[in-house]
Amino acid sequence: MKFSKLGIIAILAVVGTYVRAIFFTPFDALQGPAQKILYVHAPSAWVGLYLAFGLVFITSILYLWLKDPKLDRVASSSAEVGFVFTSVVLVTGPLWAKPVWGAYWTWDARLTLTLFLWFIYAGYLILRGAIDDFEMRARFSAVIGILGALLVPFIHLSVYFFRTMHPMPVLLKPSAPSMPREMLITLVSSFLALTLLFAWLLRERYLLAVDRDAATEAGS
Amino acid sequence: MTLAPAEGFSVTATDLVRSFGSRRAVNGVSLSLAPGDCLALFGPNGAGKTTLLRMLGGLLRPTSGQATIEGVALPGGAEVRARVGLVSHQTMLYDALTARENVEFAARMYGVADVRQATQRVLQRLGADSFADVRVQSLSRGMQQRVSVARAIVHEPSVLLADEPFTGLDAGGASALTGMLAGLRDSGAAIIIVTHNLDEALSLCTAAAIMRDGRFVRLDSTPIPARDEYTALYRELSVDAS
Amino acid sequence: MVHRTPGVLASALAITRKDLLIEFRSRSVILSAVAFAVLAITIFFFAWDPTAVASVDLAPGVLWVIFTFSGLLGLHRSFGVEQPTRAIDALLAAPVGREAIYLGKLLANLGFVIVVQAISLPAVALLYNVPIGGYVLPLIGIVLLASVGLVAVGTLFSSMVVSTRLAELLLPLLALPFFVPVILPAAQATARLMNGRPVAEVSGYVSILGAFDVVFLVVCTLLYPYTLDQ
Repeated sequence: MKFSKLGIIAILAVVGTYVRAIFFTPFDALQGPAQKILYVHAPSAWVGLYLAFGLVFITSILYLWLKDPKLDRVASSSAEVGFVFTSVVLVTGPLWAKPVWGAYWTWDARLTLTLFLWFIYAGYLILRGAIDDFEMRARFSAVIGILGALLVPFIHLSVYFFRTMHPMPVLLKPSAPSMPREMLITLVSSFLALTLLFAWLLRERYLLAVDRDAATEAGS
Repeated sequence: MTLAPAEGFSVTATDLVRSFGSRRAVNGVSLSLAPGDCLALFGPNGAGKTTLLRMLGGLLRPTSGQATIEGVALPGGAEVRARVGLVSHQTMLYDALTARENVEFAARMYGVADVRQATQRVLQRLGADSFADVRVQSLSRGMQQRVSVARAIVHEPSVLLADEPFTGLDAGGASALTGMLAGLRDSGAAIIIVTHNLDEALSLCTAAAIMRDGRFVRLDSTPIPARDEYTALYRELSVDAS
Repeated sequence: MVHRTPGVLASALAITRKDLLIEFRSRSVILSAVAFAVLAITIFFFAWDPTAVASVDLAPGVLWVIFTFSGLLGLHRSFGVEQPTRAIDALLAAPVGREAIYLGKLLANLGFVIVVQAISLPAVALLYNVPIGGYVLPLIGIVLLASVGLVAVGTLFSSMVVSTRLAELLLPLLALPFFVPVILPAAQATARLMNGRPVAEVSGYVSILGAFDVVFLVVCTLLYPYTLDQ
């Protein structure tokens, strides 16, 4: 397999970050080794729930407006890669929660929201698989992309009424991040590394979609 | 049939194109029909006939080119759709409703002024008043097609688009349908009819076209060549050309 | 002939009337929805340990599970009745606005779920021995508010899935995640009322339901034309 420049940078960043996370970052005083899952969990959530989903939303709106097949390819590629990252979030979360909270799953607001975003991604991808016509597939999935993004605040609001026990974000909050410096550097670099990984996978998936569409057209 | 400005014509099209992805289903069609004209449209499956009809009926947006219905440019939205009637091999009727209920519903959708009276009139005109209050599911195919035509013309459209209306009809049903369409043509409607039934279409129409790969490969107006000659032409143009 | 484009509301109501008439004639879907509701009430009853859970704690869940799944039965039929003879083509070729078609279908679906609810709500109250008399009006208000949200999204999805393979499977798959932010506050509010809490206590849930209705009614009306051929 041939790697693009972006691919090599992304892989190096991921390897470097997780070597640092495993061997050169101290254990958390309270949570012990389980805390290290954070370096996978938090940046995956950033990529899957915010970056990828946001990109699906924006490209879906633009597709309905401009009808450019490129936008549909970006939206569907982003959904597919975002689905993988969201799955990582859903797997790593319980692994961390069992030793720390004492239960794999709780119906906490953030967990529920993540689960439902995963369902929306899944519905989006299954819908695409059920339509052959390119133009109709692009339109229908754009509709789901837009509705799904509008649903997020409502899921958030409705589950907010169950009190949340999820740790508040450690990085993106107004006061200074509450974490030792060494851990913080690892966490920040994991965000950068997984963002790069997302960009690379998105690009590869996009190029695959271009090939696939060309093949479909040559075949018909 | 020649290219001419839109005034006085029921239907015109100039270089009409519709693409699906990179495939051009309709690839540069031009035509014009005056009131009382009837165009028969022949061609193999996938030639773009249905796509052309759906564009003229306001159901699909043209990718490029111009078309007008009674001088209103496409896509003209509701204004264009109000002037067109649609018939196809699918009856487009609701099985659980009676013939009358189906036609009345259509009349309401078209904003017809006196729904009951208009429905009664059109059912009578098509000889469907004897079974007007029977549910469509218990009618024969020929009766259903009668109701379907009544549904399509209850708002007195000036253009009637018919997509393979003879499919599923026996010889008697087909000639009855031809009679109904001839009556409409004589009352001044322009008709475009897509079909594989050369006999019925040639007896009805004032012009005939053969469509292939999104284009007209032949267009004849009156006098259309005799039936046998035209059948040979059609075979040659639609089967061998690949 | 003078062409006069009919108004949005008049066309919408004509479509609603047509859909309800078809449903009334065939009765197949509404009967199966009601039968489903009664069966579900029975099964929940026998799966329930009355010594551990009070009936007022079980009833809200049973109600909303029934409303959700019986609603799905009706939604699938919504654009399904247009398919066998391609009647949808005639509807789209008529000079009515797309928003009128969406609205007409939505109102018919709303009528459908209201009929099912009108039967299953008293059935649950009666069979589970939950006296709802004291708060029946606020409860009906919450049920209606939630139903509008459910059918607003469901009608749009119904229009999409009829032209795909896997239609029967896809509708619940797509729609259920969208039902959650409606069912959750509605079921919570129902539970509060059944537990004798004051009506003022459910106002937060009511605002969520109201906001959902407004946002999704507007957005789904705008998006409906994109679920059709263009």
